[in-house]
Amino acid sequence: MNPARPRRIRIDGDTRPQLPRHARLRFDETRQAWVLLVPERVMVPDDIAVEILNLCDGARRVDDIVNALAAKYAAPHATIAADVVVLLQDLADKGFVVAARDTAE
Amino acid sequence: MSPSSTDVPPALADPADGVAVLEPHAGSAAYGIPLAVLAELTHRCPLQCPYCSNPLELERARAELTTAEWKRVMSELADLGVLQLHLSGGEPTARRDLVELVRHASDVGLYTNLITSAVLLDRYALTALTDAGLCHIQISFQGSMPDAADRIAGLNGAHAKKIAAARLARDLDLPLTVNAVIHRQNIDQLPDIIAMAVDLDADRLEVANVQYYGWALKNRAALMPTPTQVEDAVSIVEAARERLAGTLVIDHVIPDYYAMRPKKCMGGWGRQFFNISPSGKILPCHAAETITGLHFDSVRGNRSVAWIWQHSEALNRFRGTGWMPEPCQSCAYREIDYGGCRCQAFALTGDAANTDPACTLSPLHERLFATAEHEATAGAAEFVYRNFSGGTAAGGGRRR
Repeated sequence: MNPARPRRIRIDGDTRPQLPRHARLRFDETRQAWVLLVPERVMVPDDIAVEILNLCDGARRVDDIVNALAAKYAAPHATIAADVVVLLQDLADKGFVVAARDTAE
Repeated sequence: MSPSSTDVPPALADPADGVAVLEPHAGSAAYGIPLAVLAELTHRCPLQCPYCSNPLELERARAELTTAEWKRVMSELADLGVLQLHLSGGEPTARRDLVELVRHASDVGLYTNLITSAVLLDRYALTALTDAGLCHIQISFQGSMPDAADRIAGLNGAHAKKIAAARLARDLDLPLTVNAVIHRQNIDQLPDIIAMAVDLDADRLEVANVQYYGWALKNRAALMPTPTQVEDAVSIVEAARERLAGTLVIDHVIPDYYAMRPKKCMGGWGRQFFNISPSGKILPCHAAETITGLHFDSVRGNRSVAWIWQHSEALNRFRGTGWMPEPCQSCAYREIDYGGCRCQAFALTGDAANTDPACTLSPLHERLFATAEHEATAGAAEFVYRNFSGGTAAGGGRRR
């Protein structure tokens, strides 16, 4: 069983973000849009946010996600990193992104 | 351009929030694809709260939809594009098939939220519900002080059971909303209620002032807070939001008798949300049956849920803005609040099409405010408790 979600996690390059069980990302066929379902809310992530969230599998670190996107869009690492951290920190503050438990150390 | 995630609160979350319909041409359409549905699985409940949102005429157990009927309806909801299903009552855990229903809802892709008093939940039941795919649990609290809370619930020991169930839920890593129903007789406990939510490791707290329909309207004189209490509560919530940012989300529903503008009730009548009664009637909101003269279609008829959503006479009656008389029709706010609440307009003016008296533009607004203030300061304390016999006064005698 997972521990209760940690409060106020700080997103940095080494965080391995994932969605908790109460935040469900899925493509809604009826509306032809990605939605993030959370308690009492339906959130509508834009295309880039969807791409980032789909990479939040609890295995990749934030740095890995940034590297993947920087390579794909041939954009500066720092620019992508800033965007990714802002999005994930915002969702983490709302409890919709958590850090995977550390097993490496 | 930074990636972003737009927040679209379904109507149930907080009627005061801004609501967007997930539709390509939302501006021109009177309604969209419903986001969320409230399934009232039963009107049976071990509690007798005097502000219960169920109708005064409760539906009996024998009239309830069967397991197979609910499953068929849930599949139809998912096909229609409904995203979230709120399982409510009455007390939804009084249904023996609740786990089966949650599993089916999950299987068809609905995000499930259980709205419960939690007094019937133990570890076995909660584990089964979690395993069946339940996404979120919302537990109602009558206050933070056990004796006072039990008196309001009309059930001894209820508060302690709720606390135990809330801890179990967090133990199972189920996200928890504490729903605190607020009125004059518990509003002064608000700081303690906030502390209780933090102590329970809740994700969200709803500070939900009673809305005055049905049972609550019957008990209004015993429930209405004073304007000063309401103002104090706003300051307390604002300070707590700042202090607890990142730990606890607090939604605050203010009693609209003291508001300047009416609430955007249900995000607009029949616009993005509906309610299904225990016997299968499709309603624009849980209180809509208080409006006489409307016919509500049932899922037991030969029509699909999708057909009813589009064609129901009752849903179309107050959709959009075409039905509005003045002062709503020419009002700049008509698509912001849709004229407020139809049930409140009916209850207080006798005509559901009138402007909700919660609005300052209603000729009845000042009288409403004065009534609320008078009842709040007069301080009646006795409740009429909610039950199947039409209500029982605090002394225990049957009313009729």
